[in-house]
Amino acid sequence: MDEAFGTGSLGGDALNAAIGETVSLIALLGVLAWAVTRPRGWPEAVAAVPAAVILIAAGAIPAGTAATEARQLGPVIGFLAAILVLAHLCDDDGLFRACGGWMARTSAGSPRRLLTQVFAVAAVTTAVLSLDATVVLLTPVVFATAARLEVRARPHVYACTHLANSASLLLPVSNLTNLLAFAASGLAFGRFAALMAVPWLAAVGVEYAVFGRFFATDLNAGRGAGRGDGGKDASLPVFTLVVVALTLAGFAGASAAGINPAWAAFAGAAVLAVRALTRRKVTPVALVRAADLPFLLFVLGLGVVVKAVTDNGLGRALAPLVPGGTSLPALLAVTALAAVLANVCNNLPAVLVLLPLAAPSGAGAVLAVLLGVNIGPNLTYTGSLATLLWRRILHHHGASPDLGEFTRLGLLTVPAGLVLGVLALWIGLRVPGG
Amino acid sequence: MSESDSPVRSVYVWVLEGTWRASVDAALSLSPAGASFTLLHVISGEAPDAARGAYAGLLGRAGHDPGIRLDEMAEASAGELLEAAARRLGRPCEKIEIQTHGHAERAVVSASARADLLIVARDGDQARLGPKSLGKTTRFVVDHAACPVLLVWPRSAPDVATIPPPPRHPHPPPPRHPHPPAR
Repeated sequence: MDEAFGTGSLGGDALNAAIGETVSLIALLGVLAWAVTRPRGWPEAVAAVPAAVILIAAGAIPAGTAATEARQLGPVIGFLAAILVLAHLCDDDGLFRACGGWMARTSAGSPRRLLTQVFAVAAVTTAVLSLDATVVLLTPVVFATAARLEVRARPHVYACTHLANSASLLLPVSNLTNLLAFAASGLAFGRFAALMAVPWLAAVGVEYAVFGRFFATDLNAGRGAGRGDGGKDASLPVFTLVVVALTLAGFAGASAAGINPAWAAFAGAAVLAVRALTRRKVTPVALVRAADLPFLLFVLGLGVVVKAVTDNGLGRALAPLVPGGTSLPALLAVTALAAVLANVCNNLPAVLVLLPLAAPSGAGAVLAVLLGVNIGPNLTYTGSLATLLWRRILHHHGASPDLGEFTRLGLLTVPAGLVLGVLALWIGLRVPGG
Repeated sequence: MSESDSPVRSVYVWVLEGTWRASVDAALSLSPAGASFTLLHVISGEAPDAARGAYAGLLGRAGHDPGIRLDEMAEASAGELLEAAARRLGRPCEKIEIQTHGHAERAVVSASARADLLIVARDGDQARLGPKSLGKTTRFVVDHAACPVLLVWPRSAPDVATIPPPPRHPHPPPPRHPHPPAR
């Protein structure tokens, strides 16, 4: 009987592990359910942090292990906070409004050209300032630009939501999942970007090819005449752009010098923050709010809870599903598993569960996980089935969004993006000098 | 007064981004004197819904939902569009805004069910004559409208020569006899 529970474990330990796993799983499901439903609009951390504390108190995860996990997550969360603040300050300084003006001018009212501009801006914004910036800050600007040009906004807004996921492959800062994987992979910033550059281009290319055909009617509807208020364009915030470019260079430079690139993010955010504060363009409260402390606490709590779940048995259960090595079939399998897990719950818990399993196979396997958890969520417009189901329940009376169309779009882009991305990664891993 | 004798009195114009000018112009030039005009615009919630969905997919970020901003902008933009259409029409008119989450075509069909005329602009391929000149939503309206429909080109219509030549064999040859004739 004992052997059924694991190698050489005593009956009591096995029982403890079983109870620990059950309790941890309940805690994880509770944390995720809270995050998806957000009762009364309370922050997600309200459930995640107490859940982590309860698991530690109940002994489901030793305090030492939890502390190690927190120490590993700490710098990642700090890095994330710096990027969030950086993006917020870029927005305050009018960077996205300026992008909107540029897109409006250069597209000359053509819906198809506007789509190309949106692809370029959204892919770069996601890569450099993270997917949060694209979803929260850029999408409204894109919508406003389309409305101003009198162009149907649907393809352009859908492009933002898709690229927020699929264009978040390039840099460690593009997505929280990347930051977590970057820490686990042991890669330098530059090497990460070099390995992911072609998969990133492949994923964006697939989206572009599919969007052009999928939205042909909207894109052929003809030039918008515009509302004739082109004179109000925001000028390009050169200082902010230079700081962002230097921050990017700082990431690569710091990483190459063995310094955590998070410091470059802090430096960039600090320069912009001091400038905005001295010019009274931003208040300290707004800066703290931009760092989104409840979100950071949520990530910390979720990390500890997921660690308890994996250590108590899920890790062992999933291990046979994660093939070792970085052969093409192995990478494809890892990516597919990651995409499925991300679609079932969400990509954040998926990446936390899979990273420890993929890391022993090396950086290639870790990046394959990222391809799955970053591109996969485009299958549903909410990024996961759990969120989708909840939203369907909320919408069961009255109007509900047209799911079929978004799902068709996902089915056209996601499998192709995953396969081409893995292929590009596999080739990249075999290029000499890697 | 019998229905069949009544002149075209209530003219509905479906106002869509990119094509509304042609529809309004057709309303002006082709409607009889004394017609009453209704400008119909559907605010589709699809784009805000997509933004809301993408935001919901980001686990853990309470607040800042961009869908709310998009909803506001969509409403403001719809108001401006109808305003611009009314200015171009230059006649007294009723303005109807319908909020949907997808399926704008059904909203247009039901709103125009009792109209004497609905003016619709083609919104597909503008380069050649043919079925592709109607997009999915427009085709649904043309196919299902409960009232007479006037279908206009948003810009000058393509040349008749853009219709592909008829197939070489308009009548396919009769199928070969399944059984060889008995000898």
